[in-house]
Amino acid sequence: MSQELLRLTGVSRQYGRGETAVSALAGIDLTIAAGEMVAVMGASGSGKSTLLTVAGGLTKPTSGEVVIDGQWISELSAKQLAVVRRRTLGFVFQDFNLIPALTALENVTLPLELDGWRARDSRRAGMDALASVELSDRAHRFPDDLSGGQQQRVAIARAVVGTRRLILADEPTGALDSQTGELVLRILRRRVDAGAGAGAVLVTHDARHAAWADRVVHLQDGRIVGQTSQGTAEEALLGADR
Amino acid sequence: MPGVYILDMYYSVEHCGVYVSVRQSILAILDQGSSYGYRLRAEFERRTGATWPLNVGQIYNTLDRLERDGLVVKGETDAEGHVFYSISASGHDEVASWLRSPVLRAETTRDELAIKLAIAVTLPGVDIDEIVRLQRMSTMSTLQDLTRAKNSGGDPGSTDELAWLLVVDSMIFQAEAEIRWLDHSRSRLTRARAEGLSATGIQPELPRRGRPARSEPTSTNESVAR
Repeated sequence: MSQELLRLTGVSRQYGRGETAVSALAGIDLTIAAGEMVAVMGASGSGKSTLLTVAGGLTKPTSGEVVIDGQWISELSAKQLAVVRRRTLGFVFQDFNLIPALTALENVTLPLELDGWRARDSRRAGMDALASVELSDRAHRFPDDLSGGQQQRVAIARAVVGTRRLILADEPTGALDSQTGELVLRILRRRVDAGAGAGAVLVTHDARHAAWADRVVHLQDGRIVGQTSQGTAEEALLGADR
Repeated sequence: MPGVYILDMYYSVEHCGVYVSVRQSILAILDQGSSYGYRLRAEFERRTGATWPLNVGQIYNTLDRLERDGLVVKGETDAEGHVFYSISASGHDEVASWLRSPVLRAETTRDELAIKLAIAVTLPGVDIDEIVRLQRMSTMSTLQDLTRAKNSGGDPGSTDELAWLLVVDSMIFQAEAEIRWLDHSRSRLTRARAEGLSATGIQPELPRRGRPARSEPTSTNESVAR
């Protein structure tokens, strides 16, 4: 059986109280295994981004459980949760979120240095991560000297550096042209398929990009209304029993 | 070639209405040199990634029509019994004209899905949202299969592979467009319901054909006009 990287059980998230309460997520059950890439699709306001922040331990669910790499986050202190996030999770955002004053390598190794790694070790891990996104030759460039696609590949390297295995990507191709977006997805896909135990959750509104995933989860009004996999109509039909 | 059989499951010659372009494709291949039926079939399939398989009978029917129209000339039969066809001057002109003319989408086949939704939205008691949802997931699954088939190959190393990638990309973008249209339809349906629109049964009386007869306005005529 594949190793489980993320499990959401009965996760709900409400904003506000009483009659004015808004339900962003309602009873979400979702599991991501190592070697698996799952896309989350839905219209604006369907709960996609909330799901990602809950999965990443940035937002606490109103009810339900979140288990990241075997650790129940409701049982963790804020400090312990920060360690889990630093060591296990990597976020990739639409606008890259690289620090402009740091080189590509320094951006990638930053989470390791915050975690107390020795400089030599973090540098080696950083170069490995950059090699996995085919950017070894850009390690000492600053973000401003890189194209959008290259900056996003640096962000992916940062998301998988060291012991990080679960990539949470929010519209990672949103700021890229069609061909460059495809290249970024190809690299993300290759990283997940590499057998290194990585997995990814990809939030997107673009069906063509979601199709790179093993599974596509369809969100509507905070609920999962269906899932599709490659070549399986069965799951689509199961979704009808929602 | 990777993924060819997956594509075959979703798209057939009849489904895509490509008979017209088969005729022009055969002619374009013959423009490269004379050939015979089986070889023309193999060339067509090689150049389109075997996405729209043809039977050799279709090829010979096409060749007969092309000969009748003076676009090809039937030639010698070789020792193995292959009947060779060559392109004529007017056939060469036809190929040049085909290549520089846009394909008019209005002339392609009727859209089965659009017809299905159009009918379904008028039927009382039909859960149109569910039809849209199931269709969306089915198309998404197809899109995933096409994406996987496309990515099972590397960068194109030959024009055959490049041609196949163009065909797959075309299918991927069509599937994506269908999903976007379904999402748009869902929003439109939600808005229409919010405005109080609902399906009705069969109209008690079919509207009369042609222009209404001229008559003095009466209370009955006014109500029909509304």
